[in-house]
Amino acid sequence: MKLNELTLKESIDALDKKEVKIEEIYEDLDQVYQAKNKDLNIYLSVNKEALNEAKKASQKPLRGLPIAVKDNFCTIGLPTTASSNVLDGFMPAYESTVTKKLKENGGVIFGKTNMDAWAHGSSTETSDFGRTLNPRNIEHLPGGSSGGSAAAIAADMSIAAIGSETAGSIRQPAAWCGTVGFKPSYGRVSRFGVVSMASSTDSPGPLTKTVEDACLLLNAFAGPDERDATCNVEKSPDFTSFIGQSIKGMKIGVVYQDVKEIGETNQKLLQELNILKELGAEVEIVKAMDPHHAIGVYTVVQRAEVSSNLARYDGIRYGKDRSFFGEEGKKRIMLGTYTLTKGHADQYYNLAQKVRTLYLENYKELFKKYDILVSPTSPSYAKKIGASLDAAMFGELEDMLLEPSSITGLPGINVPFYRDETSNLYLGASFVAPMWKEESIIKVADAFEKNTKWNSWRNK
Amino acid sequence: MPYKLVCGLEIHAEVKTNSKMFCSCKNDPFGAEKPNIYTCPVCLGMPGGLPVANRKAIELTIKLGLALNCQINLFSKFDRKNYFYPDLAKGYQISQFDIPFCHDGYIDTSEGRVGIHRIHLEEDTAKLSHQEIDLDGDGELEKVTLVDFNRSSVPLIEIVTEPDIKSATQAKEYGQKLRQIMRYLDIADCDMEKGGMRLEANISLRKESRTELPDYKVECKNINSFKFLEAAIKFEIDRQTEILQNGSTPIQETRGYNPSTGKTFSQRSKEDAADYRYFPDPDLPPIEFTQAEIDTIKNKIGELPDAKSVRFTKEYNLNEKSAKDLTINRTESVFFEEVLSLAKNESLECQKVINSLLNKKIEFSFEEKAADVLARFKTATTSDTVDTKELQITIDKVLSANQDAVDKYKAGKTAVAGFLIGQVMKELGKKVDIAIVREQLVASLS
Repeated sequence: MKLNELTLKESIDALDKKEVKIEEIYEDLDQVYQAKNKDLNIYLSVNKEALNEAKKASQKPLRGLPIAVKDNFCTIGLPTTASSNVLDGFMPAYESTVTKKLKENGGVIFGKTNMDAWAHGSSTETSDFGRTLNPRNIEHLPGGSSGGSAAAIAADMSIAAIGSETAGSIRQPAAWCGTVGFKPSYGRVSRFGVVSMASSTDSPGPLTKTVEDACLLLNAFAGPDERDATCNVEKSPDFTSFIGQSIKGMKIGVVYQDVKEIGETNQKLLQELNILKELGAEVEIVKAMDPHHAIGVYTVVQRAEVSSNLARYDGIRYGKDRSFFGEEGKKRIMLGTYTLTKGHADQYYNLAQKVRTLYLENYKELFKKYDILVSPTSPSYAKKIGASLDAAMFGELEDMLLEPSSITGLPGINVPFYRDETSNLYLGASFVAPMWKEESIIKVADAFEKNTKWNSWRNK
Repeated sequence: MPYKLVCGLEIHAEVKTNSKMFCSCKNDPFGAEKPNIYTCPVCLGMPGGLPVANRKAIELTIKLGLALNCQINLFSKFDRKNYFYPDLAKGYQISQFDIPFCHDGYIDTSEGRVGIHRIHLEEDTAKLSHQEIDLDGDGELEKVTLVDFNRSSVPLIEIVTEPDIKSATQAKEYGQKLRQIMRYLDIADCDMEKGGMRLEANISLRKESRTELPDYKVECKNINSFKFLEAAIKFEIDRQTEILQNGSTPIQETRGYNPSTGKTFSQRSKEDAADYRYFPDPDLPPIEFTQAEIDTIKNKIGELPDAKSVRFTKEYNLNEKSAKDLTINRTESVFFEEVLSLAKNESLECQKVINSLLNKKIEFSFEEKAADVLARFKTATTSDTVDTKELQITIDKVLSANQDAVDKYKAGKTAVAGFLIGQVMKELGKKVDIAIVREQLVASLS
């Protein structure tokens, strides 16, 4: 077994027991990077100082282990482009709170990963620097927008990774690449220094090989930040403390959306959820609000915020002017500008906010009865390359099942629950909990993961 | 005049806080030694920079609102005002749209009440300066625009009145009172020359008989003194009267004021007003206050100039003019009150004490102790007695020795009386009450 295939937890344990040396882990990692990165197009830049930094971090919680970071986190000394030509060559003079905390806790940035330009998309096909391929099957897309980070995990090209989600951008690529992707509650993790997409839903989070690994990373970078006014002021719990807990008596609602495209996935998930029943949880099917409305809310709110957030890239302060925006960016800026225009705001933006409130109320009702809700993460398997190119609402449809929880800020996770033998592609389960209740997610997702046969690392 | 003025003012003032509105950079754009030294990713609008609202600036805004008799919104928020300009780092300004911190207040002027429509808080923009610089060293000057971000995101308060202002003098008085109150509360320095306080007037005219608002308005911008404000309004009244008398309607537009010509000039037509696409800033959670918190702020306001001046007239038996003069500035008013209260304790006539201070008969500085100043007053005004006979002898002596002055006086140049009084005093060699000397001298001259 190559050392780059270790989980974060296994790596820490192996280092502590002196079974391996940090140099050896980097060596194996470098090999796979050299062999595969050119084809898979996962990393846009790599940190040449990684090993040196790692050696100095051996006493810290993350032991100097290599972490892949999505290219929308500002990092001193490494370019930050958000996969857009507009920011090509931009070297921030400041560090995002997430990467700052990551470093303080002994994480080392191995490299910056590809993404949909400005995080606009669910395919990593809209990157101005070329698409990333799905390491599980290179004829397929990795999903997105954190597709580079998900692919880095699936390809064992990092020990763990960081992404960001606005609506599905962590969980959907995790599902398509067969990894864990954890979107914490909105405000659990600071957005400072993350290139803004839709400020009201942007949530940084981990993409990892296991649920426990995700908790280790969250422990490093979650928590209050005085530089982000929307960040929760309360201290975060020790997320790893919820690992290995009993789920006996927990009430789990299966959100069964009767949509044709999800049919097969729904059936497979229902079958796999028997695991939770066997572990003593109560599992029953529930009816939730039609997710299609959430697509509308998300589309309107996200475009509006995007049009404003991207206004600063006007060519005055940064070298490249607005003509460097890709098609998707331009489309979103124009749509957002339109929805905020006088006379249209009530029809679009303000209406979207009202529907958002309806989803909040729907969740409030559901969580009176259930500790946690589960559904497929994505309607089906990873789509083929090129699938996003002529589909205007590609991401919105692929993320349909995640958007209700995104627009309401709830925490959610993807855990792989099935692998197709022929295509080697995965299906993922999405667990969603009430605001700040990452605890419930971790308990259930960890128990589920440990009892399925679909985790490609745990069951090696 | 067949038309009457309809005028409202929009006044911006930079708020006195230690740090900027949405980041921790120093708020000192005028004191900065160099351009662009008080900057960070947030006020430079760098990718991923996030605003965090300055609580102190919000409290000062509410304090001003309370001082101006406003209603306070316990729930408020910040909104994005989207537009492009090279001085606007983010491509939007964080301001307040539909829920300002304060609304519906007023300031009373001698020409009537001026309603305050709203007071809101926003961030200032960077400062542009247009210069000619030899950029490439070829000896030729190139026209460039430089941007100084020291001012970017400095807290800026905006006070908008109702269209209640009926004259140019009332506009000026309102502005002066507002500035006085902001200085009293230590909210803003209001240094107009540097741009710490900026005036905009919305000016239109309507027929005497009408009460509805005119269907146009002219916005006068870039006015940096109250004198110019008054002049600009007067100029606009004349200009618009002429247009209206010719049967036309003045164009809805933004005009500037040129102090050297005393005229306003067209800057841009406002017929297709900009759409700022306001929406709540998703980076900033709404701001909520409890009534108790508002009351705490209210208790910090203290006595305002109008109230203090009325109290001075009652408590120290001063005339209205003096009371107003003493209360122009808060720290000075505190000094004057110390003097007044000592004077009152010693049963001195307060008006007399104040007259001698305001007329500079008694030299003093605000750094002195009030007791020392009062002591000087007492020494200076203690008069020796003189009997009428002795005085008359001296007067006669002085008059005969100064026949020229006597002739001038009789020819109507009464100002020479002062010289003659001086001569009498000198001759007497005593400190006597000037009023007595003047009375007897004038009697002798007529």
